[in-house]
Amino acid sequence: MRNPQLNKHGELQHLLTLDGLPRAIINQILDTAAPFTEVAEREVKKLPLLRGKSVFNLFFENSTRTRTTFEIAAKRLSADVINLNVATSSTKKGETLLDTVDNLCAMHADMFVVRHESSGAPHLIAQHLENTGRDHIHVVNAGDGRHAHPTQGLLDMYTIRHYKKEFHNLTVAIVGDVLHSRVARSQIAALTTLGVPEVRVIGPRTLLPTDVEKMGVRYCATMEEGLKGVDVVMMLRLQNERMNGALLPSPQEFFKVWGLTAEKLALAKPDAIVMHPGPMNRGVEIDSAVADGGQAVILPQVTFGIAVRMAVMSMLGGSH
Amino acid sequence: MQLPEAEHLIATLAETMRPRVTADTCLVGIHTGGVWLAERLHALLGLSQPLGSIDVSFYRDDYAAKGLHPQPQGSRIPFDVEDAHIVIVDDVLYTGRTTRAALNELFDYGRPSRVDLAVLIDRGGRELPIAPSFCALTLPAPLPAGQNLQLERDATGALTMRLIHA
Repeated sequence: MRNPQLNKHGELQHLLTLDGLPRAIINQILDTAAPFTEVAEREVKKLPLLRGKSVFNLFFENSTRTRTTFEIAAKRLSADVINLNVATSSTKKGETLLDTVDNLCAMHADMFVVRHESSGAPHLIAQHLENTGRDHIHVVNAGDGRHAHPTQGLLDMYTIRHYKKEFHNLTVAIVGDVLHSRVARSQIAALTTLGVPEVRVIGPRTLLPTDVEKMGVRYCATMEEGLKGVDVVMMLRLQNERMNGALLPSPQEFFKVWGLTAEKLALAKPDAIVMHPGPMNRGVEIDSAVADGGQAVILPQVTFGIAVRMAVMSMLGGSH
Repeated sequence: MQLPEAEHLIATLAETMRPRVTADTCLVGIHTGGVWLAERLHALLGLSQPLGSIDVSFYRDDYAAKGLHPQPQGSRIPFDVEDAHIVIVDDVLYTGRTTRAALNELFDYGRPSRVDLAVLIDRGGRELPIAPSFCALTLPAPLPAGQNLQLERDATGALTMRLIHA
């Protein structure tokens, strides 16, 4: 079966997940993102690539950073951006997801950026567009349920490449709530595809998927074991809103065992970088001294996120 | 066709430009051949402003039809464009569409006082009202559309012109 993210010429048609996305495409996105980083330094912070195109930000779930950076990215590419406040939209009145999409297509949408609490919603939209012969319309997954957050995974890869240059000699640790994290799934898929030889996951067993080892990672039961000698520490946010039932004793208890402090970070390589997808819970998964410290690259991640999203949207906008 | 010797053309182009540039003139090469050529001209003319480069991938008018170039190099304009005298440098002038894209991009950095265009070879076949300010060689008859003329650089840094039949 053809990869649903690629068109018949093998170009990116939709960005739905990093799982199964060819290495060449990931590298192409990262390579394309690099020159976009300098646009912010120009007098006119705009490129004409998506001039006359309409990008619809369809956020069925709250987000500030992701929605804003997608909006900035689309605007820097000269697209018209329409943000749909779904909380007050027709969905609340009973309209189905695909009816919403059909209505927006009737308003001549060229691209949908979709965040949804249900895993697979962006995939469903992409399939619907293809089934109805509207393959000039592109879908970008901006996070679906626990499934995937591909642009976050890509901006993380861009950040790692920026600071570490290569992937083949790295040891990377992902720390925290992997179970509820679409970010972690996208990171693991990308790190594996790009040839990182050792990816470790660290966290309480209750917050890790039962078959985590099948994802090609090494499970570490303690911070001491997991952080030793790593080049990159990728912290995850504790996803209180996605938890059902008692998986944790208390945030304080979590911080004591799994929170990243300067003391624990000292186990990593001296030039290790610390990443976090945001929003951070200071004093829960990360100590302020680390979050604001010299090894943290959390704010550059946000800036790189704009360039990476510009790269994805400009590749989609030019594919046929 | 007998291909002209690139090194000879570069020397001719520099001499053509010399009376019309000052030490403050800024050169901007268009990727990739134009950047190599601009490096040479910069040295030959003894210019003091740092060299700029433009990759027009993000400004091409065939993006909608052909998509994005797979490996854009990005642009680097390390001087203040506002009120500057700028010479856009390219190896071969053909349809004029690349020059159009480069001009559009340049103006997103500021408003230059004057912009000139320097090319090694004008191969004819213009599709836009664009003409070079400096040109080392104008082909007597336009090159057929299937052929591609471009500058190449070897390991020693020597530049040669090459004709490619598509």
